[in-house]
Amino acid sequence: MKTIKENLLKKSSRRGFLKVAGISAVAIGAAPAIKAVSVASGGGADSLPVKTANGESLTAKRWGMVIDTNKITDEVVESVIAACRNAHNIPDFNHTPDEEKYPKTRPANKNQEIKWIWEEHYKHAFPEMEDEFIAEKFKSLPFLVTCNHCKNAPCVQACPTKATFKREDGIVIMDFHRCIGCRFCMAACPYGSRSFNFRDARPFIDKINPDFPVRSKGVVEKCNLCAERLERGEQPACVEASEGAIVVGDLEDPSSEIRGLLNENYAIRRKQELGTESSVYYIM
Amino acid sequence: MLEIAIKGSKKYWIWLGALLTVMAVAFAVYIDQFMNGLMITGMSRDVSWGFYIANFTFLVGVAAGGVMVVIPYYLHDYERFHRITILGEFLAVASLIMCLMFIVADLGQPTRMLNVLLYPTPNSMLFWDMCVLNGYLFLNIVIGWKILEAERNQVKPPAWTKPLIYLSIPFAIGIHTVTAYLYCGLPGRGFWLTAILAPRFLASAFAAGPSFLILLCYLVRKFTKFDPGWEAIQTLSKIICYALIANVFFFFCEVFVVFYSKIPGHMSHIQYLFFGLHGHGALVPWMWTSMILMFIGITLLVVPAFRNNETLLPFTCIMIFIGTWIDKSLGMISGGFVPNPLHHVTEYIPTVPEVIISLGVLATGLLILTVLFKLATTVKEEVRG
Repeated sequence: MKTIKENLLKKSSRRGFLKVAGISAVAIGAAPAIKAVSVASGGGADSLPVKTANGESLTAKRWGMVIDTNKITDEVVESVIAACRNAHNIPDFNHTPDEEKYPKTRPANKNQEIKWIWEEHYKHAFPEMEDEFIAEKFKSLPFLVTCNHCKNAPCVQACPTKATFKREDGIVIMDFHRCIGCRFCMAACPYGSRSFNFRDARPFIDKINPDFPVRSKGVVEKCNLCAERLERGEQPACVEASEGAIVVGDLEDPSSEIRGLLNENYAIRRKQELGTESSVYYIM
Repeated sequence: MLEIAIKGSKKYWIWLGALLTVMAVAFAVYIDQFMNGLMITGMSRDVSWGFYIANFTFLVGVAAGGVMVVIPYYLHDYERFHRITILGEFLAVASLIMCLMFIVADLGQPTRMLNVLLYPTPNSMLFWDMCVLNGYLFLNIVIGWKILEAERNQVKPPAWTKPLIYLSIPFAIGIHTVTAYLYCGLPGRGFWLTAILAPRFLASAFAAGPSFLILLCYLVRKFTKFDPGWEAIQTLSKIICYALIANVFFFFCEVFVVFYSKIPGHMSHIQYLFFGLHGHGALVPWMWTSMILMFIGITLLVVPAFRNNETLLPFTCIMIFIGTWIDKSLGMISGGFVPNPLHHVTEYIPTVPEVIISLGVLATGLLILTVLFKLATTVKEEVRG
């Protein structure tokens, strides 16, 4: 005796069965999927009616960031890095793993660490502008460096699977589930802004933030300009922690706060000569 | 034809057994990498490619080098290469399989590798590299197999192999050009950002590939009754000579441009490799060894008395092979990543597990090469005997 399922498979062909199964899966999954589309499109696509689903979300035509180097102190640097770490479950290799939860964790290699935003000195943030006679204050000033969300992003061009892609609102972002870990993007990035998960990050995360995914080993990651927070109508974690030193906004909107800042101050970008069109400005 | 591979002398089986042992050990180490991630390697945030990609790059060259016997034989009817053409094609097959294995060994998420096919991305050079590498592998398997089969049956090879053979020539150039394009199109990596990279890759490939082929010819002569012919080997040695000189010449062009223009972002990498930078110089002795080996190689090939010396030639080839390997694998990858774009110096030294996994890939390649060469030489012995 054949079961009904077997008969069904035989008669309507396996493909037909899969179709039915697929349609029901779509029906069940439709609501969150539509929401996801609205998340992914951000403020860019006017043609999508679902765009207004989340009224509070912060949108822009092209997101940009301005960092006021006059306002960056060691304390600001520390709290910015900590805020980013906590928001995105970034492992800290100085953290001692919990022996009970993660027994036999091998020692971490500092050179394999993960960084989304970190501190550099002027001569490393702007290596081609190194100058022995530059004002002393710049030499020791802490500079915060991160992904520049380039208009012409070399990492997007290099990625063989479109796991790294550019959203219509200018944010360069990653699909952690598509990344094959070839690290071509890391070779392509002229700012060293990308990190690779050489190992499972969990043992080195002090407290996991359930609102953001923990990446699996073997994928690349980097700053996402807190796209998930902008979506909820919140400022990026670094901006919140920076005491006014970091501002994000719409570069294409002449009346935006960051355009005002760029109008009033002399600001530079990293490696402008490469034509990547970085979206992160530094007020000097 | 494959039945030939399972009939062999005791030496043959001991050799295969040794290779299988290396493969088994390497596989066990790879399981550790698969479970725990690439943390077991010496790679880092700053040097994100290492020994795997270095060997991959070099072996693409060895595979492309096979075209140096295909062009004279098929385009110029150079009869003396008749006997070794199949050896060049089978060398390309084994090298390409090693290349693909090195790529897979390097992936952080190897189970997702088909994403490259599921989401084809023409603006990524890696996509094109996958296309040409697999295309060239396919061409060489089909061509090599069909021609050997025809030889065994003492008939002409099917006519449709001819266009495939002609197609394999641009593919051979293509695999190494696209592999160079992986590197030389990246902004902010001064060492690689040079139009001479693809020509230089080809030149060093046409030295390294035929050098290895000459060594294989000596081994074939020693272990089988098949003689590839001294004249063919002599012609190969002249090809190596020209290619090696071109490789060194291209390198000096690069050195001139970099040090005469004095652009720091381009200078610092060559400084690191040959003189050390900010007190870091792990590769300095290696790079000088490579230079010296290549220069000795040129001398021994330019002077006819040395080049025609049958006892000396294999040693010359070994020197050239090692010299070009250091130049294009260790130097090419580390040189590109050190110093990093922010001008920090993080050095790279491969770890023991990394080297063992690489040896496993090499053992697999040698196993395939042994079986293919056994087929080729046995068929040729049969036909003659």
